[in-house]
Parts: sequence; structure tokens; C-alpha cells
Amino acid sequence: MFAYILRRFLISIVILFFATILVFLLVTSAGDPLALLKSNPHTPHSTILAREKLLHLNDPLWQRYWDWFWGVLHGNLGQTIAGQPVAPQLWSHLLVTLRMVVVATIIAIFVAVGLGVWAAVRQNKLADHAITVTNFVLLATPVFVLGLVLKEFVAIPINQHVGTTIFYTDGQQSPTLSGPFLSRIPDYFGHTALPALTLVLVTYASWAIYQRSSMLETLDADHVRLARAKGLSRRRVLVRHVLRNALIPVTTVIALDFAAVLGGAILTEIVFGWQGLGQWYVTGVTTLDVNIMLAYLLVTATFVILFNLIADILYGVLDPRIRYA
Amino acid sequence: MAEPALRIEGLEVDFPTREGVVHAVRGLDLSLAAGEVLGIVGESGSGKSVTALATMGLLPKSARVRGSIRFRGQEILGKKEKELTHLRGTGIAMIFQDPMTSLNPVYTIGWQIAEAIRAHQDVSKDEARERAVELLAEVGIPNPAERVDNYPHEFSGGMRQRAVIAIGMANDPAVILADEPTTALDVTVQAQVLDSLKAALRETGAGLVLITHDLGVIAGLADRVLVMYAGRAVEVGTAEDVFYRPSMPYTLGLLASLPRLDSHGTDRLRQIPGAPPSMLGERSGCPFAPRCPLATDTCREREPDLAAVPPASGDHRAACHYAESVGRGDHGLVFSDGVVDNVIA
Amino acid sequence: MPEPARENFVMEAPGEVATVEAGAHTLPTASPGVGLGGTDAYGLSGEARSQWRIVLGRFVHQRLAMIGLGTFVLLGVASVLVGHFWQFSYTDITNNLNDPPSWTNPFGTNAIGNDMFAQVMAGVEKDMEIALTVAAMATLIGVTIGAIAGYYRGWVDSLLMRFVDLVLVLPVLAVLILLSSKLAKQSNNWLGLAVIIGALSWTYVARLVRADFLSLREREFVEASRALGATNRRIIVKHMLPNAIGPIIVNATLTVGLSIIFESTLSFLGLGVQPPAVSLGLLVDQGQASATTEWWLFVFPVAFLIVLILSIFLIGDGLREAFDPKKSRVRA
Repeated sequence: MFAYILRRFLISIVILFFATILVFLLVTSAGDPLALLKSNPHTPHSTILAREKLLHLNDPLWQRYWDWFWGVLHGNLGQTIAGQPVAPQLWSHLLVTLRMVVVATIIAIFVAVGLGVWAAVRQNKLADHAITVTNFVLLATPVFVLGLVLKEFVAIPINQHVGTTIFYTDGQQSPTLSGPFLSRIPDYFGHTALPALTLVLVTYASWAIYQRSSMLETLDADHVRLARAKGLSRRRVLVRHVLRNALIPVTTVIALDFAAVLGGAILTEIVFGWQGLGQWYVTGVTTLDVNIMLAYLLVTATFVILFNLIADILYGVLDPRIRYA
Repeated sequence: MAEPALRIEGLEVDFPTREGVVHAVRGLDLSLAAGEVLGIVGESGSGKSVTALATMGLLPKSARVRGSIRFRGQEILGKKEKELTHLRGTGIAMIFQDPMTSLNPVYTIGWQIAEAIRAHQDVSKDEARERAVELLAEVGIPNPAERVDNYPHEFSGGMRQRAVIAIGMANDPAVILADEPTTALDVTVQAQVLDSLKAALRETGAGLVLITHDLGVIAGLADRVLVMYAGRAVEVGTAEDVFYRPSMPYTLGLLASLPRLDSHGTDRLRQIPGAPPSMLGERSGCPFAPRCPLATDTCREREPDLAAVPPASGDHRAACHYAESVGRGDHGLVFSDGVVDNVIA
Repeated sequence: MPEPARENFVMEAPGEVATVEAGAHTLPTASPGVGLGGTDAYGLSGEARSQWRIVLGRFVHQRLAMIGLGTFVLLGVASVLVGHFWQFSYTDITNNLNDPPSWTNPFGTNAIGNDMFAQVMAGVEKDMEIALTVAAMATLIGVTIGAIAGYYRGWVDSLLMRFVDLVLVLPVLAVLILLSSKLAKQSNNWLGLAVIIGALSWTYVARLVRADFLSLREREFVEASRALGATNRRIIVKHMLPNAIGPIIVNATLTVGLSIIFESTLSFLGLGVQPPAVSLGLLVDQGQASATTEWWLFVFPVAFLIVLILSIFLIGDGLREAFDPKKSRVRA
């Protein structure tokens, strides 16, 4: 098992290395970062030359890649077009995004497993139909649509009805927020509730569908029939023999879906005006800020690889057949 | 005669499907005395397993079950799930066909045996584990003290089935239902598993219902034999009655398909032509008639009752209009071409 | 014959019952290896045709899938008909500005006087156009790469699969945003959009086909064709592909739905379909500002977008069930 994980880890490193090359090529081919500057006839030629030199735009591509890569290895992610270091911006935006993503993922896992189990146990009953139809509708709803609908038709009417702002729809916290942590919690809650809810709803649906079918498959397994024949209570059979085994594939799927959750976070941040990683990246794309784009793609690709590894390890932990293989 | 350990009367099991109602069991009677071994023989789809699952209360909810199943005089059908839960394992235990999938892959063998023990007995985890080691020893697992911590995938098929048998005997049941316990196993392993089963009977004194399509498995073990076809008993009697005085062509067919040590070198194993009937919808006549070389118009019109076969003792019964004349010749010839009249005459 | 009649036995009655009970919507006839890992693939023999009939039979018995199919076909036909025969074209500018729904403009009009009904239906048409192109492209690439990797194995397989791993590491949406930002400067960029979405959507089907091919190539009928001197190409196309077709079709359907999600997301960000062309995502973006005042500008595009994607997912789920019904069986 350990050797297997180690091997996967080393392969991951190699793939990550090639991914950086691919990402670098994609990013640098996106366009000329100075196009806007050049389109202004009043820009002095010397300024353009100076900026080109600053951004190393005239160096050969491989040289630029190597400079960037060398910097990354030493923890230096370069500077933005505006001349500020990328790394601090990355970390502060990452913290904002993680706040939403972590909360949403944890809630989504519980909702997905709970509803999936409920639907499977009540198979073909009203509860099952209701849950399944809801899941499919949510699955078919793009993140930005759901975010907009919640914002326009849930948050604003509730706030108007109550007469005060409970759900904030713009930003991750009030700009003037200060004071001890405890007193800030209501503000955090008001700002996080809707974006997190959006992310929960679009994320949990596919997991719940998967949990349900995994449960149904396990319910039909021979070993569950033996467990019942042993005279175990219905509850014990469900929890220790059906749910325990049904969770194995679901856990893997959830871990592998982390990249998708980060993708969903981009849209949630834009809809709810959060200054998170996704918003930062989209700004970086529109301004053709190479180092911002590279930093974002590097971090998300690393997350994807990390969660692939976690999925492998979890599989081994949960399934003894893999553990001893 | 004392109340039998298990008595089934007029059991009927239907499954409604989109295509119509499937009659899986159509009026089955059987009884099993304490400590007795009853073999049930028949092809797949004859209703053997459904009967066993009905006895355990493990049929899918859509199944419609009628008739009576009594365990030590106590009616099982219609019992609440909670009472059934108590009965399973302690009163009646069941061993399933495929040992490769019968055990939960994520728990150790010992854990799964201990779980069965602790479901019905108030013992500590350590005591249950000790008992699990004993049980593994009783069913013939070598090094049980070490093997108890193995996962199912570390066991061979035969060993897994013995572990399942150990689970079955964990709570001293009065009846064990073994559904094709050796079918999925290599021939060489089958004997070992049957030995384990015998050990389980010795230890628990339980009665055994041994379900199989293989008469060979039953031959050395069963006191009585019941042959099932199309959801009914078509012949029932002592092992001697059924093996030496078969009175139903289907039984003859099964016997003919059995390899024999005393057969002549040129004899080939015979098989019953055709396939078992669909259990969908209603039909008339003897269900075996389409495959039966002896079938007459009577057979196609009227389904024969399970009636006593006159020359034998009162317990030997068969469902055939020609029960008296069947098998009085060389039964091997019944299914050869063109020699059918040989038997009738 | 030590095992009487296990092979030639037609129907395991209680097993079928359990299947029906599990809600798997199967026909309780024995269907040896339909679609997935089918037993036989010698062209369109009578057997193959009847297998298709069985799959079709399973599909039409699922109410939700049929509703999905009906909705999808209806939307497709309606969008084309509206484009040709409706009194307004989606580019027509009328004098009615921001009118609520009425008999002349059933979905109302927007701030510059476009008929929203024509706009929404044009959006549906554009979305379908893009999504179907993506699905066709992604399936073609994925099947080709998966089939080659699974059939030839060895270093070809390793190389192709590492490439798949590499593509999978990239966060799809972020890369789409990056690639589409360049396209967004051109008008009429829908084909380019379809190409970049397709270029990132083929990995799953490639893995799927590869896995199927790895097991299929060991099967007797492939061995037999090889022994008969069939070319690799012929074996792959005529013998192996038909046996892997079920999951491919299911996956292609899901790709259609997913690519509408991607396209509408890009359009919402201003990076997708560019005006004067319309797509549902673009309409949602344009309508969001007035969602509570001129609700018709927001609600209709949102509703049609969700219904369109939902109908496709329902079809996909129905197809999956039809090709691969869960076979739960109680032994008899």
C-alpha cells in the first residue's frame, strides 16, 4: 500500500511538472499583456520598451518559462503587471475562497450522504422521488444561475421583508468590519450563508445521486443478505454493512470532485462579489496578467493532484482488499 | 410423532412483474424433524431457494407469500420483522450459495462471526472472539487463532464457505438451511465443506435442509429427499426410496445425469432435454410433460397430485400419472431415443 | 452433465422479480449481455438488432427519460420553427421597450425592443448547436484515443493515458476562461467555443473506452477475428466498438448537457457567445440586473436553460439504465 502511494506520488510530481509547461504555453499564448497600453497613441515608446523589459516579454519563451519555474521552486511567484508581488495576493485570496469552499464541502458531504441514504432506503416511495427529482434539477442548474436566483429571489426579498440585511449579497465581509472575532461572526455568517448555500446545492446533488445508487447496489449484495440472516437488527445491517460499504466509492468521487468545487467557487465569487481566488483569476485573465494566471493554475492543479492522492489513500483505508494489495 | 422442527404447508410464493405474475412456489409441503437431514433437489428456478428465503423471511417485499411455515409449531409467516430478527441465527440459520460474495469484504472473519454471536448472546467482545476461534476450529480452519483476524479476500473459496458455516452454527440454531453450499466450489473442496457441515450438525444437533441440484451431494448426507420441479414437490421419500425406486421421470432424469462408478464403459452421461418451464402465468397439465419422454395426453391435460407410490412405504410419494410404472426398467434408457415404450411396458 | 440445465435455462424467475423490485425497469426476458460486453458483435445481425430493440424497450418504459426526450425534441423543433416562422426575428428591434409578456410578445421585450420569445428560442438553438458539436467532437477524440490505447496497450497506452492524466489535472473551467478570453474578441465565435470545450471534454470517454477495450480484446470473438486475418482497424471498428457502444452513447449525452453548462457559464462571464448572437447564458447575464423589475428578461432564459439541461440529463440517465440495468438477482 505504502509503495503504491509513493509511486502514485512520484508520478503525480512528474505530471505536475508537465502541467506547468502546458499551462505556461496556454497562458503566454492568451495575448499581449501590453496590448491596451500600446493601443493608446499617447503612450511614449520608451514606456512600452521599459514595460517589455520589466515583464521579460522579449526573452525567448523557454527562457521565460525557466525563469518562472526557477522562481516557483524558490517560492517566488513573480510580480503582477502592476508590479506587486503575486504570492501575498494569492494567499489572501486563497484564504477567502477556502472559507467558502471548506464550509460548503463539509455541509454538502453530510447532505449528500444523508439524502442519498434516505432515498435508497425509501426506494420508489414519495421521498425517493422527491429527492431524486430535486437532485436532477440542481444538477442541471449552472452555478451562476443558482447564485443569481438565490440572490434575487431569496436574499433580497427576505431582507426587505425583515427590514434589515440578514443575507449580504456583495463581498465576503463588511468593509468596515473590526473588533474581536466573536463579534464578527454574525457578519461573516451573513456574507457566507448564500454563497456557501449556492455551492452546497450545486455540489451535493451529484454526490447524493451517486450515494443512492451505491446504497442500492450494496443493499442487493450477498453479504448484506447474510448479515440479515445472522439476525442483526435492520439498523445495524443498514449502518455497518450497507452504508459502510456504500461509502467506499462515494468517498473517492467526493475527493476527486474537489477541482469541480473550486471551479464552482469561481462563479459563486463573481455572483456574490467575493474577492476570492476565482475573482482574482478572472481579473488576471482579462488583464492578461501572466503571473496571476500561472499562480492560480499552479495552485489548483496542485490541489487536484493532492486530492487524487487523498482519494487513493482513502480507498486503501476504507477497503482492506486494496490495503493489502 | 412430535412436532417437527420445521413444517411447511401449502406454501405459495408469487412475484408480480410487469409481464405478469411469476409463480415461484406452488403449494409446497415439507417437514423436517429435529436432527434430520432433508435434501431438496431441483434445477435452478424450481423454487428451492425461494422456499428457503421465505422461511428466513428474507424475500423481497414485492413477494406474495401464502400458506404456512411453522418453526417448532410457531407460525413464521406474518411475524413482525423484530421477531423474525430474533429467530434468524438462533432458530434458523442459513448458508448461501456463493462464498466469494457472502462475507462482507471490509470486516475480518472473526469480527463477522463475533457480530453474529453478540447479536443474540450477551457476551463481551473478547469472549465472542474466543468463541469465533473455537468455531473456526470446529469447521476445520487450520491456525484458527491467526486466521480469525484475516479478511475474507485472504481466504480461499472453500475456507470462506466454512467461515459462513461457522457463522451459521454460532448461535446453536435448531434448523440450518444450506442453499447450494458447494455449488460454487471446486470438486476437491466440496467434500471438505460437506465435512464442515456435518461437524456443524454434530455440534448443534440441528436439522438440515440441504438444497442442491446435485444428487451426488445429497447421496451421502440426506435422510430424506424432496425433488422440486416448477415450484412443486414432484417426488418425496427416504433417500433410499428416491434413489433406488424413483417414481417420477424427472427424478429418473436427474439420476441418469449422475456419473456412476458401476456403469459400463460405453454408457454416456445423459441429460434431460429442454429447459425448465417459465413460471409466468397459469398453465395446465404436468409442467414436466414438454420434456418428458413418457408424456401422454393425460399428462398434458391434468397436473398429477403428489400421491403415495403404492408398493413403497407410506412416506414415498410422487406426482406422476404413471408413477407405478416409472423406473421399473433400466432408468438410464428413459431418455434414450426410441426406447421409451421399453419402460412403460 | 453434473450441473443439469444451468446453461440452457431460460429464465431465473425470482431474479427478475428482484430486478423489477429494485426499480431497474428491465424487461424480464433473458437478455444475454446486451450492449455492455455483449456476447456477439458480428455486424448488424438479427441478434444485434434485437439487442437494440431490448435497449429501446427498456428506455421507453422510463417515464422521466421519455419526458426528457420529449422536452428536448420539442425545444429543438420549436427553436428551428420559431427561427423561421415567428413574426419577429431575434435581431428585430421593435418600438416596444421593456414590455411585459403580452399576446404579441409572449416573453415580453427587452430595453432595446428585441422580442424575448425570439431571443430565448434563438438562444436554445445556439446552445444546442454548440453542445451537439462539442459532444460529437469530444466523443470522436475520446473514442479514438481510448480505443487505440486499449487495443494496442504497451507504450502507446502509457503515453496516451499519461496525456489524459495531464489534461485532467487542468481545472476545466479556469482553462476554458483563459482560452475563451481570446475568442471573445471575435464575433460569431460559436464554433471556436465548441472546439475549446470539446478539447477539454474527451478525457472521461477515453478512459471508459480504454477500459472496455482492455477487456474486450481478450474475448473469443476478437481472438477469432484476429485468427481469421482481420485488420486491426476492422477489428476495432466492426467488432469491438459495437460492444462498447452503450457507455459511449450515455457519456455523449451527458457531454451535451455539461457543455451547455460550460457554454452558458462562459457567456455569462462575457467570454462566450458574443452579441448580436444570443445564447441562454448571455440572456441570463443581460437579464440579471433587472431580475426583480423586468422579471421576464431573467426568468424565461433561466427557465429554458434549466429545462434544456435537465431534459438532456434525464435522457442520459434513462439511456444508462437501458443499456446497463442493475442486475440484482436472488438465486433459485
